Amino acid sequence: MSEEKKVAFKKIQATGHMRKIMADYFYELDRASKEGSPKVAWCTSVGPAELLLSLGFVVHYPENHGAVLGSTRVANDYIPVANAIGYSPDICSYLTSDIGAFIKKETPLSRAYEGIEGVPKPDVLVYNTNQCRDVQDWFSWYSRELNVPALGISTYRNIGEITKEHLDSIVHQMKALIPPLEDISGNKFDIDKFREVVSTSKECTALWKKVLETNTAVPAPMSFFDATIHMGPAVVLRGSAQAVDYYKVLLKELEERVANNEGAVEGEKFRIYWEGMPIWGKLRALAELFITLKTAVIASTYCNSWIFEAFDPEDPFLTMAKAYTEIFIVRNENFKEKYIEDMVQKYQIHGILFHDAKTCPNNSNNRYGMPERLEKKLGIPTLTINGDLNDLRCYSEEQAQTNIEAFVEQLETK
Amino acid sequence: MNFVGIDVGASTTKSVIINDKKEILGYAINNSGADFKAAAEQVFDKSQERAREKVSDEWVVMATGYGRKNVPFASRTKTEISCHAKGSFFHFPQAHTLIDIGGQDSKIIKVNESGKRKSFKMNRKCAAGTGAFLEEIANRLEVRMEKLNELASKSDKNIKIGAYCTVFTATEILTKIREGVEIPDLVRGVFGSVINRALEMDPLEGNIVMTGGVVAYNPFLVSMFEERLDRKIYVPPLPQITGAFGAALYALEAKGGRHA
Repeated sequence: MSEEKKVAFKKIQATGHMRKIMADYFYELDRASKEGSPKVAWCTSVGPAELLLSLGFVVHYPENHGAVLGSTRVANDYIPVANAIGYSPDICSYLTSDIGAFIKKETPLSRAYEGIEGVPKPDVLVYNTNQCRDVQDWFSWYSRELNVPALGISTYRNIGEITKEHLDSIVHQMKALIPPLEDISGNKFDIDKFREVVSTSKECTALWKKVLETNTAVPAPMSFFDATIHMGPAVVLRGSAQAVDYYKVLLKELEERVANNEGAVEGEKFRIYWEGMPIWGKLRALAELFITLKTAVIASTYCNSWIFEAFDPEDPFLTMAKAYTEIFIVRNENFKEKYIEDMVQKYQIHGILFHDAKTCPNNSNNRYGMPERLEKKLGIPTLTINGDLNDLRCYSEEQAQTNIEAFVEQLETK
Repeated sequence: MNFVGIDVGASTTKSVIINDKKEILGYAINNSGADFKAAAEQVFDKSQERAREKVSDEWVVMATGYGRKNVPFASRTKTEISCHAKGSFFHFPQAHTLIDIGGQDSKIIKVNESGKRKSFKMNRKCAAGTGAFLEEIANRLEVRMEKLNELASKSDKNIKIGAYCTVFTATEILTKIREGVEIPDLVRGVFGSVINRALEMDPLEGNIVMTGGVVAYNPFLVSMFEERLDRKIYVPPLPQITGAFGAALYALEAKGGRHA
């Protein structure tokens, strides 16, 4: 069986459109950085981006840059550089690869986009610890290094029910950001502008949700591996009309696939839920493996984390606080378990794959007995594979492949 | 027609030839080395030479193990997880938990009363608790691998040795040597560490079966495990070739033979 079969990928036609709006976005950031106007804010991926956009900032997302370092498989060139200055190989590999790349004055953006020499220089760094503490440490490094203010929101963690007290605190912290952000941007806060951005973000997020939900169809039109790439605009352009337009195009294409009974995986036999971070450097290899196994990875916690249903321009502060607090990663184990259970029903899932990402405990939900509890409760098997979002030293391809193949063989005997 | 299972493992490659009555005609074991393809060919030739009756010119070959995709003469592949479960269930046709300790990984596989796999777990990346781990420790103690069983059986002391990381364990052993602990006691302690590693992987339920090269060469480890669990552990007649035998059974099924 040494002959490797050629794997037929079904290319998403809208990809070209996405590349164009992403390129425009990076060039706009680069221009702002070089010209000093508009001001550049760095923001965590589920941070208060809408507030920043309403104040006229252009926004760079270091996590997106981290994912680019991972997917272009250069992260491991940079992680050791950050390790050497005291940032452990056990902490977030987005952080270590991004800081390492900065120290070496390199970025894959300059290879992809002619004329871009580096990441845009920040005027302010704004984080929300709703995902983890690492984002704060990450931004604090840049703050010290570049002498740029790091402002942030500290969120509650591991919460079940969201209470008024939780939200009041977040609203208070968001409002406290306004005066320093006004100073840095040189613009006055305008509630109508803020409402407008929240409204556009809401539209984007609603479309992204619809895109993901096309995968409730059997066969599913889009793989998880495609979705991780196509969620780019939902992360970095979510307050913009371009993202809204893009998701209309993508949605139409996927709806057509559904109408034509066309799955992302030819001859889809099994449907898998991916829990945890993507393994950015191995998206293609994993996508190929699953295609050869006629198994479709079709739903995930990760891609659903950029659905912010609570947004309401009528009450932008409170609903933004709610949207950024009710996401999966902020919640307790009971909430998470129920969430996955609902996803399994909704997407007719045959098995759950947990990715235990070595450097991302907050996105590794296998560590407190959840796979075992869900197996019992749902009567479907789970598989845990060891890996990492960016640090490929933590990933054994052979071992993961054997585990995945054995898992599918197990599903076949059901 | 004959049916062949080739298990290209990280340390050794195994070949088993069976007939349509599921009887083993011949088998062979070789080091896998650096050329999996050559190892598979050699071990297949050897198993034919050693066959107790003439091997048919027609055969179906199923490859398994880490090098399963490097066996050009195999018509199909199946993971070692499935093949071990298959081979084990042939010998113990009842619900059981299988512990396979191979060269570079260990597995815990649970099968139900009809032989279907319920779950499986493989060791995390570190080789602690596997054959490679024992090899490293034997090297550190300057004893030959094949002597480990005899040495461990001479000891009745329960020295605690960690099972978290091979390098940590090797360091721990250096400390014990400095403290004057005898070699047999250390080896017994290392066997205990392999057992601990298996116990932390998955709860063991019902009947227990053990397979793999480590079990084949170190029956005393099985006795220690039995003592620890206070119950009988079943070991198939040729524990090291369980995966290859399971692969041969799959080859037979693929050709429409009787189901195991």
